[in-house]
Amino acid sequence: MWIDFLLILDATLRISVPFVFAAMGGIFAERSGVIDFGLEGKMLGGAFVAATVAYWTQSAWWGLLGSIGIGIIFSMIHGYASITKRGNQVVSCVAINIFAMGLTVVLANAWFGMGGKTPQLPKEARFMPLKLPYADELRDVPILGDLYYELISGHSILVYIAFVVVPITAWVVFKSSFGLRLRATGENPLAVDTTGISVNKTRYQALLFNGILGGMSGAYLSTAHLAFFVKDMSAGKGYIALAAMIVGKWRPYPAMFACLLFSFLFAIKDKPEVFDLLKGIVPVKLLNSFLDMSPYILTVIFLAGFVGKAVAPKAIGQPFSKEK
Amino acid sequence: MNERQANTLVVTLVTVANLLIAFLISGIVIWVLGEDPWFALKTMLYGAFGYDEGLGYTLYYTTNFIFTGLAFAIGFHCGLFNIGAEGQAYIGGLGVGLICLWLDNWPLWLVFPLAVLASIILGGVWGAIPGYLKAKRGSHEVVTTIMFNFIASVIMVNLLSHVLRPPKNMSPESREFAEGVWIPQMHEIFDWFGLEITQTPLNGTFIFALLSLILVWRFIWYTRWGYELRTVGTNETAAVYAGISISKNIIIAMVIGGGLAGFVGINEIMGSSHRLMLNFQAGIGFTGIAVSLIGRNHPLGILLAALLFGILYQGGAELSFEVQAIDRHMVVLIQGLVILFAGALENLFRPQIEQFVKRLSSVDS
Repeated sequence: MWIDFLLILDATLRISVPFVFAAMGGIFAERSGVIDFGLEGKMLGGAFVAATVAYWTQSAWWGLLGSIGIGIIFSMIHGYASITKRGNQVVSCVAINIFAMGLTVVLANAWFGMGGKTPQLPKEARFMPLKLPYADELRDVPILGDLYYELISGHSILVYIAFVVVPITAWVVFKSSFGLRLRATGENPLAVDTTGISVNKTRYQALLFNGILGGMSGAYLSTAHLAFFVKDMSAGKGYIALAAMIVGKWRPYPAMFACLLFSFLFAIKDKPEVFDLLKGIVPVKLLNSFLDMSPYILTVIFLAGFVGKAVAPKAIGQPFSKEK
Repeated sequence: MNERQANTLVVTLVTVANLLIAFLISGIVIWVLGEDPWFALKTMLYGAFGYDEGLGYTLYYTTNFIFTGLAFAIGFHCGLFNIGAEGQAYIGGLGVGLICLWLDNWPLWLVFPLAVLASIILGGVWGAIPGYLKAKRGSHEVVTTIMFNFIASVIMVNLLSHVLRPPKNMSPESREFAEGVWIPQMHEIFDWFGLEITQTPLNGTFIFALLSLILVWRFIWYTRWGYELRTVGTNETAAVYAGISISKNIIIAMVIGGGLAGFVGINEIMGSSHRLMLNFQAGIGFTGIAVSLIGRNHPLGILLAALLFGILYQGGAELSFEVQAIDRHMVVLIQGLVILFAGALENLFRPQIEQFVKRLSSVDS
């Protein structure tokens, strides 16, 4: 029982990584006042580039770098449209998501001709699970040994990076002077401008972090979680990460817990025990599809604010202009 | 040149410039893939217009894009981003299919209005829920409508593979409807008047789509409801002062949008495949966004933009058939670029073009 529980938590951690990366990226953008519905596109683009570059160079690290590159390119396009040209930010995000959807399949088919898939990566070219020191030796210690062996050890490096990114984001956003500028820019850009700090520059800096994290979320999907890219791989995960960020009220730790909660639901929905438990309540014929759609339904429910009111940064979505 | 004409000219030139830059970048992508962009363009145009079968397919796709373009536009006029036309079309199409499966021994003139009603109701409900959540709970419609697209897809997979699939059938689709409820195809309609054209999936729904364009145009600009809707979209504070209910209008816009998207089912299910099948709506909903934005959310613009994307779809299919290296998804990429340049960066060239038109009109006078 204890082990089963640990295994579910273990799966939860694995599933949560792209959500965590993307949600942290979203926090940077939105805290600075730039709407980011484009996480989905960055995730998809990052997944494709990571798998492709990793395949060509036979190195997952180069793949990761590539995914960061495409993430930054996408976030800079978004920045140019929404900060410099003061265009409609939601439209710009939707454009990036659809562009990514098309571009990844076009390139994958042109380069590999496998129906929108990239070739399977060998072990050396992907992020493999790491065994932390003494995992085997400590396994016999009651409870904690299992906890260490099953839950904490045995993940790829990106999982650990993701959970290091959370405290870093929290520190940068709430404790550093850059974070102060960032949050002020999102709440009251005019006041920031009065102090002689450039609102637009701060927003571009925020988008830089946003792009890096958005790209990394994709790299995890295609070079750690799976070993290839496949068409529409992100399957709404970018939007779910965004919902987690909103449920977490634009704060890193609550957002992380929201990501973990969503991932937990993803993790248990395929467990036979859950199936047996729900069998009495939902007709068996419908049960599978009910479970398949549960993460999406729960995202909608959580977003609808049944867990409390979410207040966005005040200046969100408004391009800054000195003339006003 | 008076001011109104100058304005129209600016808008037209801006739109053309935005389209050109989107196509230019697509051309660069084709060139990067090692193919000849000129050859690609010629192949696409030939595929879309070069022979009457191609033209039929082009107009058949255009029909779909008119519906989803209008679905996005009506939300946009109310300040909403309804990117859930994909799911609304899917569920609306389910309504069409269920009516046809249930009543296909009835005559078409009775079944057609019922099918329209069913697609309005089911598509409308699929739009209304995100609309309600936006209006009453403040959840952003972009996230909820996307989630509803995924939910719709799960529902349809389940229904088609377990409930609607005839036991002997292997593939997840319903049985074929009786021929009596098939919407007449265009070559049959032409035949009534003694004219002969090639058989394509183009069917009577095209006429229905043109009617919808006119109805939506009248609705948005010539009714009190349309006026309220546009007021909410332009200035919420003003709307509240005028006693216009914001949440009511948000929900109305989403219901009408969902219903319009559902009409895709009429064209695809009743007009062409004559059975319910998986993913008949694939990509059509998202294309509607590009269609509406490039058409400046006006029915006339939407008609032209839907035609443009019909050309891109049909021409793109021809192109991917001719040139293996260019995938059909090229058109999705172009859509993304069109949305970016016509939507988010619409003012990229505006200052220069305004200057140009100003100079032009001063030369005139």
